Amino acid sequence: MDCCGGTDEHEDDCTEVTVKEGIDAKTVEAAKALESENYSAGFSTEIETEYSPKGLSEDTIRFISAKKEEPEWLLEWRLAAYRRWLTMEEPTWAKVRYDPIDYQEYYYYAAPKSGAKYESIDDVPKEILETYEKLGIPLREAEVLLGVEGAAETAATAREAPRVAVDAVFDSVSVATTFRKELEKAGVIFMSISEAVREYPELVKKYLGTVVPQSDNYFATLNSAVFSDGTFVYVPKGVRCPMELSTYFRMNAENTGQFERTLIVCDEGAYVSYLEGCTAPMRDENQLHAAVVELVALDDAEIKYSTVQNWWPGDEDGKGGIYNFVTKRGDCRGPRSKISWTQVETGSAVTWKYPSCILRGDDSVGEFYSIAVTNGRQQADTGTKMIHLGKRTKSRIISKGISAGKSDNTYRGLVSINKRAEKARNFTQCDSLLIGGRCGAHTVPYVENRRADAQLEHEATTTKLSEDQLFYARQRGLGEEQAVALLVNGFVREVLQELPMEFAVEAQKLLEVSLEGSVG
Amino acid sequence: MLKIENLTATVGEAEEAKQIINGLTLEVPAGEVHAIMGPNGAGKSTLSYVLTGRSGYEVTGGSATLNGDDILEMDPEERAAKGMFLSFQYPVEIPGVPVMTFVRTAMNSQRKLRGEDEISAPDFIKKSREIAKQLKLDAEMLKRPVNVGFSGGEKKRLEIYQMMMLEPRFLILDETDSGLDIDALKTVAEGVNAMRSPERGMLVITHYQRLLDYIKPDKVHVLAAGRIVKTGGPDLAHRLEAEGYDGVLGEAV
Ligand SMILES: Nc1ncnc2c1ncn2[C@@H]1O[C@H](COP(=O)(O)OP(=O)(O)O)[C@@H](O)[C@H]1O
Ligand SMILES: [Mg+2]
Repeated sequence: MDCCGGTDEHEDDCTEVTVKEGIDAKTVEAAKALESENYSAGFSTEIETEYSPKGLSEDTIRFISAKKEEPEWLLEWRLAAYRRWLTMEEPTWAKVRYDPIDYQEYYYYAAPKSGAKYESIDDVPKEILETYEKLGIPLREAEVLLGVEGAAETAATAREAPRVAVDAVFDSVSVATTFRKELEKAGVIFMSISEAVREYPELVKKYLGTVVPQSDNYFATLNSAVFSDGTFVYVPKGVRCPMELSTYFRMNAENTGQFERTLIVCDEGAYVSYLEGCTAPMRDENQLHAAVVELVALDDAEIKYSTVQNWWPGDEDGKGGIYNFVTKRGDCRGPRSKISWTQVETGSAVTWKYPSCILRGDDSVGEFYSIAVTNGRQQADTGTKMIHLGKRTKSRIISKGISAGKSDNTYRGLVSINKRAEKARNFTQCDSLLIGGRCGAHTVPYVENRRADAQLEHEATTTKLSEDQLFYARQRGLGEEQAVALLVNGFVREVLQELPMEFAVEAQKLLEVSLEGSVG
Repeated sequence: MLKIENLTATVGEAEEAKQIINGLTLEVPAGEVHAIMGPNGAGKSTLSYVLTGRSGYEVTGGSATLNGDDILEMDPEERAAKGMFLSFQYPVEIPGVPVMTFVRTAMNSQRKLRGEDEISAPDFIKKSREIAKQLKLDAEMLKRPVNVGFSGGEKKRLEIYQMMMLEPRFLILDETDSGLDIDALKTVAEGVNAMRSPERGMLVITHYQRLLDYIKPDKVHVLAAGRIVKTGGPDLAHRLEAEGYDGVLGEAV
């Protein structure tokens, strides 16, 4: 039996997400019009791209670091990771199978040629803006996102829609970050990690690699060597971030890996809700995505991290698609802190992802809510680890796996109660839903308990989408696919409720699209 | 309205398929309520599934039309959109889907299939309130997942709620009376009677005369071994109650 050993972890995310109404209706329509089969994000953008030399070497890393005008310490940090990586082996314990990855066949840096970070949104090439618009990500939503603050207020209140600040990453670089000024007023730092390295080197240095160490696992180490861009968030003491923050990742260039790195730090008593979405064009080759996300919650802080992952899953025969190997981990460093992961995973050919919580502070709380959908020939091995170190720490795991087609869906989880973690509690619920008879669902829950006073509860169910339910719904007038979507929505409702409203709506649509053609 | 001629149908997969409906002929004109009574295993529920298009129930001969349209070729949802409604003998639980969401999705889907506009949220809620009140259904119940944790009687009342919401043209009630106490039975019957109209037909499947005291049928049919073996007026139900199927059927053969 394979096992998620002590230090391996991964994960990642992505999706097409509509952030706002209004403009989006149009952009979503546009995206729909481009729809290729089911995957509406599968178009690519014609834009001049600058690449690093193909393959991986110290030179590649120096190239990336130089492009980003990084300080010496970071270059050294990358090189140390690279040297370490050369001695490591790709993990094989997950229940996923794929052809060996030739790491020399990828580009580790790709950026739109016209310049890395744009001074203002007006400098962002129109092709990129159009791409995001097609995806329903309104970078240029009137003046709102241009940082014209009055406009933001009026537009948002007019729609009564919550505002969302967006950091958009196109291949290896962040192309635009919105609402920066307003966030600065609140003291919130929200920018690409490359910029943060330049502008807030001390903060970055203090936290980078402290949750997911360089040596953590094969893919995290690779990421540490070559990470391209990603988001940095710092919420100062006692500040409740005034809006949702989000990042959109878009892989566009061919044969390019995406290695973003996200670091979110919530200082004492602070709160932030962060959303992540990703998409990629349809390509015959497998694209590689190996991200690292680190969350740090200090005393009484709370971080809510939501992901909708919709990378291209490959075609029905399993050709193409994203390899998604991501390490996501949150550190509840201070007492009474809380970290909550919510993920909706519908894309990627292979998913290897275990967003986890280290419950270090006494009375800290970790949560993991997951919906993982596999169809066609997708393979997902995902779950979480809750590491209870502090006293009276609590964790809650709700996992909903849906398998259709010829796919394989595995929940893999670890609940570890350390010696010092008196009266720790965990509740785990893993439900699997099977659609059709050719898919697989597997549940692999591990428990390591060193305390007699721990309270651990585990529930698991596996059900088949029932013919009775399907007929009942169709007798009332629902079409077959609509009936499936409704039943599936019911199945995942507990988790959908954890998502911010507009994300939940999008996730619901995504589920529907992902399961198209799964019955009949 | 509903016209079934010499219908034969099997249940089950390929080699194991069993013929359950054996040349059944029946006509329910618009505006009429017909009762079907018959012993256990006679094929009553099977008939209701065949008419509503459940998979696994295969028509091997004969015809069934609703207002002249051949329904047997249609998908279940098309039949629903044409106005066929089945109140299930065993209503199905749908975890995580609130009743209101379910019914509204169904209603709009039917409307779409018929090329009509969606119902507005306020109109839907208003209608739902009125009907719930009529059926003495607690509004809180309509926010709960469909049939999950409902008592037998609540499930049956919820079937009638759905029926009244969707306003079908042809109603099949499959043992709606089973599991109901007398008060609930009266409430349900009132709901059903309120649906009676010159454009509507109904097929009421039941074991007991009791329901027919409240929903007065125009005709009573006896279904046995997959065929209608006897047809009569409301008094036939009384005779069945008094003499049992054997007594009545003995003379029919
Ligand atoms: N899915 C099925 N597979 C095989 N036999 C079935 C199936 N459903 C019903 N039957 C059989 O068909 C006959 C009629 O059943 P049913 O229509 O439920 O009877 P009723 O509703 O009149 O009591 C019974 O003998 C029953 O066992
Ligand atoms: Mg029956």
